[in-house]
Amino acid sequence: MNYSLLSLEILVTLLGVAVLLGDLWIPSSARRLLGYVAATGIGILLTYAVGTAAPPDGTAFGGMFVVDALSNYFKGFFLLSALVVVLLTIGSSESISGYAEYCALILFATVGMLFAASANDFVLMFVALELITVTFFILVSYSRNRSGSLEAGVKYLIMGALASGFMVFGIALIFGSAGTTQFYEIAARQTELGRSPVFLIGLLLTLVGLGFKIAAVPFQMWAPDVYQGAPATTTAFLATGSKAAGFALLLRVAFSAVPDITAHWSRLILGLGVVTLLYGSLCAIPQRSVKRLMGYSSIANAGYLLLGVAAVSLNGSTAVLTYLGGYIFTVLAGFAVIAVVTAQSNSDDVSAFAGLGQRSPLLATGLTVSLVSLAGIPPLAGFFGKFLLLKSIAAHAGSERLYLVALLAACVGVVISLYYYFGVVRAMFWPRTVADLTPIPVDGPTRLALGICLIGVLYLGVFPNALVQGAKQAAAGLVPQTAIAAQPVHAVHH
Amino acid sequence: MSLSTLLLTPFVGALLLLLVPGNYRVIHRFIALVTTAVTALEALRLFAAFQPGIAGIQFEQSSAWVPAAGFSFHLGVDGLNIGLVLMASLVAFAATCVSWDIERQPKLFYFLLLLMTGGAIGAFVSLDLFFLYFFNELALVPTFLMMGIWGRGENRNYATFQITLYLTLGALIGLSGLALLYSQSGANTLDWVVLKAWLAENPLSAHSQRLILPLLLIGFGTLVGLFPFHSWAAPGYAAAPTATAMMHAGVLKKVGLYILLRVAVPFLPEALHHWMYPLAILALGNILFCGWVALRQRDVLLLLGNSSLAHMGFCFLGLAASGVIGVTGVVLIMVAHGLLAALSFGLAGHLVRATGTADIDRMGGLLKTMPFVGTALIMALLAGCGLPGFANFPGELTVMFGAWKTLPVFVIAAAWGGLLIGGVYMLRAIRDLLHGPVRAELPQGDDAGCWRRVPFLTLLAALIFFGVNPASLVDRITPAAAAVAGVPPVSAPTAGSEPAGHVAVTSSPNHR
Repeated sequence: MNYSLLSLEILVTLLGVAVLLGDLWIPSSARRLLGYVAATGIGILLTYAVGTAAPPDGTAFGGMFVVDALSNYFKGFFLLSALVVVLLTIGSSESISGYAEYCALILFATVGMLFAASANDFVLMFVALELITVTFFILVSYSRNRSGSLEAGVKYLIMGALASGFMVFGIALIFGSAGTTQFYEIAARQTELGRSPVFLIGLLLTLVGLGFKIAAVPFQMWAPDVYQGAPATTTAFLATGSKAAGFALLLRVAFSAVPDITAHWSRLILGLGVVTLLYGSLCAIPQRSVKRLMGYSSIANAGYLLLGVAAVSLNGSTAVLTYLGGYIFTVLAGFAVIAVVTAQSNSDDVSAFAGLGQRSPLLATGLTVSLVSLAGIPPLAGFFGKFLLLKSIAAHAGSERLYLVALLAACVGVVISLYYYFGVVRAMFWPRTVADLTPIPVDGPTRLALGICLIGVLYLGVFPNALVQGAKQAAAGLVPQTAIAAQPVHAVHH
Repeated sequence: MSLSTLLLTPFVGALLLLLVPGNYRVIHRFIALVTTAVTALEALRLFAAFQPGIAGIQFEQSSAWVPAAGFSFHLGVDGLNIGLVLMASLVAFAATCVSWDIERQPKLFYFLLLLMTGGAIGAFVSLDLFFLYFFNELALVPTFLMMGIWGRGENRNYATFQITLYLTLGALIGLSGLALLYSQSGANTLDWVVLKAWLAENPLSAHSQRLILPLLLIGFGTLVGLFPFHSWAAPGYAAAPTATAMMHAGVLKKVGLYILLRVAVPFLPEALHHWMYPLAILALGNILFCGWVALRQRDVLLLLGNSSLAHMGFCFLGLAASGVIGVTGVVLIMVAHGLLAALSFGLAGHLVRATGTADIDRMGGLLKTMPFVGTALIMALLAGCGLPGFANFPGELTVMFGAWKTLPVFVIAAAWGGLLIGGVYMLRAIRDLLHGPVRAELPQGDDAGCWRRVPFLTLLAALIFFGVNPASLVDRITPAAAAVAGVPPVSAPTAGSEPAGHVAVTSSPNHR
């Protein structure tokens, strides 16, 4: 077996172990150092993962684990997301009790995401998801002295366990009817398996588990509570890494394992997408807590992404990947600001952001850029992905009324989202008299993290070509080699 | 002298502005003024260098942007947009000039104003429809922020949210229309030149056309204030700071119309014909309903906002009439009304600031206390009635001629009635605002001083120049109008440019 295919996963695990061990020797006054070590390590691995020209494709563990364009695309973003989150925690390393464990858990969750990106088998998929979910149980409830954090942890634990239960049951049914759990083998026999109700029920239950991860209706109810209660840095990681991992797996299952059934179920996915995006957008309107608002916004974004999946085309998958790329930078930038402001004022209410434009122009600009990009307005990263999504839906809108409805629903969703995002922007800039005008200090690592994200948001907005190219390559690799001839619906390339 | 320098100038100015620390207000203002002045001069030079009588694209520049999705950064001007580019840069200069009274965060204000300028010019010079949309949105966001932060009046918050939601929804519906055009045409691009050549060979089916046009009309129509999607406009302009109202009413509102001219007329002729009567009725809605609303206004800003909507009705009428004359008329009105709207909102902003009220009933005799502003306002209001000698007259006349050919008589009669209504409220505004006894209780605002006359004189000069010499515009517009309206070109250079376009088409689909 070629262990070099797993080098990233192994190195990140070792880094996590090193951080844990380092805590034994480093005095508690120098905890911050561990954060720097973790960040530098991830930074090096990130440049290694992105920089190597064309990592060799291949499979390990008898085809369970696959390295291809799609896995490489996602791994870069997972490492980036981990890097930014670790940078954000460095500033508050003194106030987090057990800082070394916090860093290590972030690294272990990252390992889970890296495995998820490469999973080519229902079993590895489940293991990767559990690795992510279990570490997040702890990360979510890390502020032990805040009851909100503990409540969020319990909610995430119960809902997560329920979803895992569904998923494992689904995988058992799949294995029972197909005799295998590997994606390519299932893809080769999907016409026959598609007629087996046991297999279909199993698949549906697996999708329940994935729906929980990406926070799609009707498995979304944990998201607002957990986003609000968890420490802001955990929420940032949950909103980017965990969600992207869910979509990586969803794309793989949908297009590598059961492309025919996905095409058959496209209206179901489309319907879920529309309901999800409208639910998220509408529920976000009355929110006063910015973190909770981001939770609902995250639900709405899952809805848009599902529309891209429902397009069942190369363009649709490309759009999903492009959207996720821009989304990760955007959301991280937003949470970088939210983390600083909530730590400063001990509140995540919109009123805590009042007059931020005068208190800290950098933070206010950062959050504005992030929210405007989330709303999908050019020239920021969020726009191009959203445009590609609309375009992939529009390709079907001429022939199918339901897709036209989805297209218009997406437009309505964007407008609603603009309303609540602008509510925050208004709080930051509008007020002409603000009681508290003390400047907010921003520490170096946070500045660096915010800078990376903002440059990413602007750069990807103005020059999205590289991202789209990468996304297109990754999406093209989704179609299993054996099934290319049998899958005209994916080969369609407008 | 190229379009990319023209486009980049405002953005470079905006970047320079960011480098200057926050407390050097004079330098901020200076950078913004110089940037917009340079932009205006560049646009003037381009306008002068533009060769009239040729249908093709001039000053063309193109580079690939996202080849994977078929988008290119394609700049160029023809008769449809050369006048609009000039108008946009003149209005931007004037808007920068009138912003001298901004005291809160002037750096941010000028930064947003320059972004708006760059976005507006970018929208007009982009030939890739994707970039047209991109730059339009880029210009809209500063509009919303400026209204929210520096807006005036009690109604500011509500108006800001209303305009933000209306315009975004409109833009998105329009974008869906463009996305449908992209997928239904099969050309795999939104580059207007390629698309035009491609669709000349493979026209869209009537079904596709009828699906796309309503999305474009409702979407981009909302951006222009097409009845009944117009309710954002008048309160929005009343709440916006003067410079923003000038830029939006003058320039940005024209982008929606411009997209419709570029896309609907050449690509969706069948659907446009199909929807001709409904569109004409909606245009009458603008002309008559908004005119009637304007008749009842006692707030000078709301009056101007509604009258500007009534003028947009003539543009939609020209669009419904289509044809070379109709399209030429629409472009003429767009240029003229851009200058006029900027002028009247600039002057009204000056009045409101000087007197501290926008209520017409509380003003009077202002011609005595402010002779320059008063005279300029009389000229602006008369130009709005369609007085010959100002640029609006040839535009409205041309649209009427265009409409006469295709639309039924009652539409024409109603539109003439709309002109009468316009005459009534404009003349009444002149009487109430400027004549009559001087109101003693009103603060004696000062007249525009030497430098503050510059923006108003610039806009007036342009209005009168194009009014006295409309041929300078018409000669540039007509060949391009003929090219989009599908009339077989007659002049030699136009005929020569056609095969060149075809070569581009036959090669492009093979690549994709």
